[in-house]
Amino acid sequence: MTHRTTRRLITASAITAVGVLALAGCSAGSGGDGGGDDGPVELTWYMGAGVPDDIETAEQLAADFTAANPDIKVVVDASGPQGVELDAQMRTKLATGDMADLFWYNSGALMQQLNPDQQLLNVADEPWVEDLNEAYRGTVSTDNGTYGAPVGSGMGGGFFYNVDVYEELGLEVPMTWEDFMANGEAIRAAGIDPVIQSFGDTWTAQMILLADYYNVSVEEPDFADDLTANETTFAGTPAAVASFQKLQDLTEAGFLNEDYQNTLLDQALAKLVNGEGAHYPMLTFAQATIEQNFPDQADSIGFFPVPGDSAQDHGLTSWMPSSVYAPATTEHPEEVKKFMGFVASADGCDSITAARGVTGPYVVDGCEIEGDVSRVVSDMLPYFEENRTSPALEFLSSVKGPNLQTIAVELGTGTTTAQQAAEAYDEDNRIQAEQLGLEGW
Amino acid sequence: MSLDTADVRPRSQANTGTSRPPSQRRRTRQRRNQPYPGWFYAPAATIYGILFVVPTFASFYFAFTRWSFVETEFIGFDNFITFFSEPRLSRGFVNTFIYAVVTSGAKVAIGLALAILLTSGIFARGYLRAVVFFPVLVSTIGVGITFKILMDPFDGLINKALAVVGIQGPGWLTDPSLALLSVAAVDVWKGVGLATLIYIAGIVAIPSEYYEAARVDGASAWSTFRNITLPLVRPATVTVVILSLIGGLRTFDLIWAMTGGGPGFASDVIASTIYKQYAAGFYGLSTAGNVVLFLVVTAVVLPLYIFMNRKSKEL
Repeated sequence: MTHRTTRRLITASAITAVGVLALAGCSAGSGGDGGGDDGPVELTWYMGAGVPDDIETAEQLAADFTAANPDIKVVVDASGPQGVELDAQMRTKLATGDMADLFWYNSGALMQQLNPDQQLLNVADEPWVEDLNEAYRGTVSTDNGTYGAPVGSGMGGGFFYNVDVYEELGLEVPMTWEDFMANGEAIRAAGIDPVIQSFGDTWTAQMILLADYYNVSVEEPDFADDLTANETTFAGTPAAVASFQKLQDLTEAGFLNEDYQNTLLDQALAKLVNGEGAHYPMLTFAQATIEQNFPDQADSIGFFPVPGDSAQDHGLTSWMPSSVYAPATTEHPEEVKKFMGFVASADGCDSITAARGVTGPYVVDGCEIEGDVSRVVSDMLPYFEENRTSPALEFLSSVKGPNLQTIAVELGTGTTTAQQAAEAYDEDNRIQAEQLGLEGW
Repeated sequence: MSLDTADVRPRSQANTGTSRPPSQRRRTRQRRNQPYPGWFYAPAATIYGILFVVPTFASFYFAFTRWSFVETEFIGFDNFITFFSEPRLSRGFVNTFIYAVVTSGAKVAIGLALAILLTSGIFARGYLRAVVFFPVLVSTIGVGITFKILMDPFDGLINKALAVVGIQGPGWLTDPSLALLSVAAVDVWKGVGLATLIYIAGIVAIPSEYYEAARVDGASAWSTFRNITLPLVRPATVTVVILSLIGGLRTFDLIWAMTGGGPGFASDVIASTIYKQYAAGFYGLSTAGNVVLFLVVTAVVLPLYIFMNRKSKEL
């Protein structure tokens, strides 16, 4: 009967359609890993999109490596978000086994929070690991292995400042926080914003807090170890609360630019170069953006560390570079290790320099600083040469609560006080440490 | 056609008289309102069980643990204590209620007003109804991002328009005391179309005899509204209140797109707090937050539903 045939036809097409849809859905998640025998092995490198310099560095490294190794192709996937979202993406992808062959992430405490012993590819037996700077190696390792290769150089954290503004107003680089605030008053009287903040990129809100660590370590040398063992707190340590107090001082004095809550990193750098603001707390890697976007004015941007209370003990808080890691589930471990070996070599350093210029001392033996450096870097290098540096807290302790940037925004908008922010951060650290299963918490 | 095997019996048993005849059994089944045998429900029940029931009960378990996807450590009520004792986390709890009540109340009031307008003899009524409903269809994230740009304190269109009239617009999303309410306003803008639609359906269902009788009696417009429209539109009100409360208590995407819970923690709600805990890798704490949200929504909506439906039955 026609009726029955039509019904059968409809049923058959419906089942086929559903089956095809189901299969299409299933196969979409396998990721592009390319063929093994025919064509180059393709490695995907996943990273966040928040910092354009990082993306350029990654692409330069990928291009140079692929040129030297035609059978392995590294493709950069810079589709990740920034801030809290990026942390979420990284952790989720690793936990569900869905991570790309390589990914770019911070070293130090943030890396420890990725459960490296179980989720990351161990490269401790590779020959190039011996060439890594000891301090750096500690920030990408646990007791059970080493997991990363550096995709940058050591950096410093402190204030970028507009040298022209200083010269016009006859100011000197401040050696203490009081001097800094006095400078700020003079700058504000001249109609310029003393300090630029860029809360639109929330991660930058914590810069002053983190870059002040050298001053904390001067007064409390054991702070990092005590914090890890739960024998001290931020709220109970005046030197540590002082870091929070500095941000509060800036807000209370009205030093911040009017639109600080929406400004982004690039916009803040532009304001600094244009003289709309005099200081901007940031890591020295950002000098590459200045060199690229404002090549003529790059020499009028200088750098000095966050001043403390003592003019004699004036030092720099240093950052280890971010690293490239691989998940333990990668399908091409040998190719991945080869790429990481390239990154941690003199060729890798050359690629990094080509992409972002010299931003600080390299952490791989055999990589030397050569050629011209920007004023920001040349202002910073003496601190490394004279050994007046301290790594930032996140490289000395794995306790770094995830909400510091939001707490900093809260403090910077005047909603809380320094003491309250320190207490909030202690709570944050407690939850983080318990999650990591650290002893003593 | 299926055959209930219980209806097929050997003749000897059918004649004993101790069991009901087959026709009565089929009628019993029909009276119990089950036109299909039990195993018809099996596929849907399996999917519902695996994808909804099992995860719900699993989450009740994981909420009591410290969980990292690979290992679980039972810690009792610690997650819940943390959730309520930490000012950052408990603030989200309070904000959620504020947000839900504000958006729900606004949607009811504005929705009803718009529905009355759009069921009167206004010009281009069909077009206006479509315009009012259109925001409901648009992507929430798109709306969030658009309004975030519009609400920029210095470059945004809203403050620029206010400046033309001489008003200094506040920081809609940057002032900690305004941020949550600004997002609530956008939520109302987006969701009021649905409330209006439900109210229009309710108003149109009111028989016109009531209105005619009221007009004969000389009732004023306000009196008509209060004594005829409002009581008779109660089922629609119940629906709108329940739906918007549930939505308001659970809201996440609009807040996340507009402020990310900021500035600081000022516009955090339970859902965004849960997401932040998840983002930080605190899966047990995040699940505890989800359990809290589940209990809160149930505790608020279930009594409300019973209360409002009982009252409408009395009517």
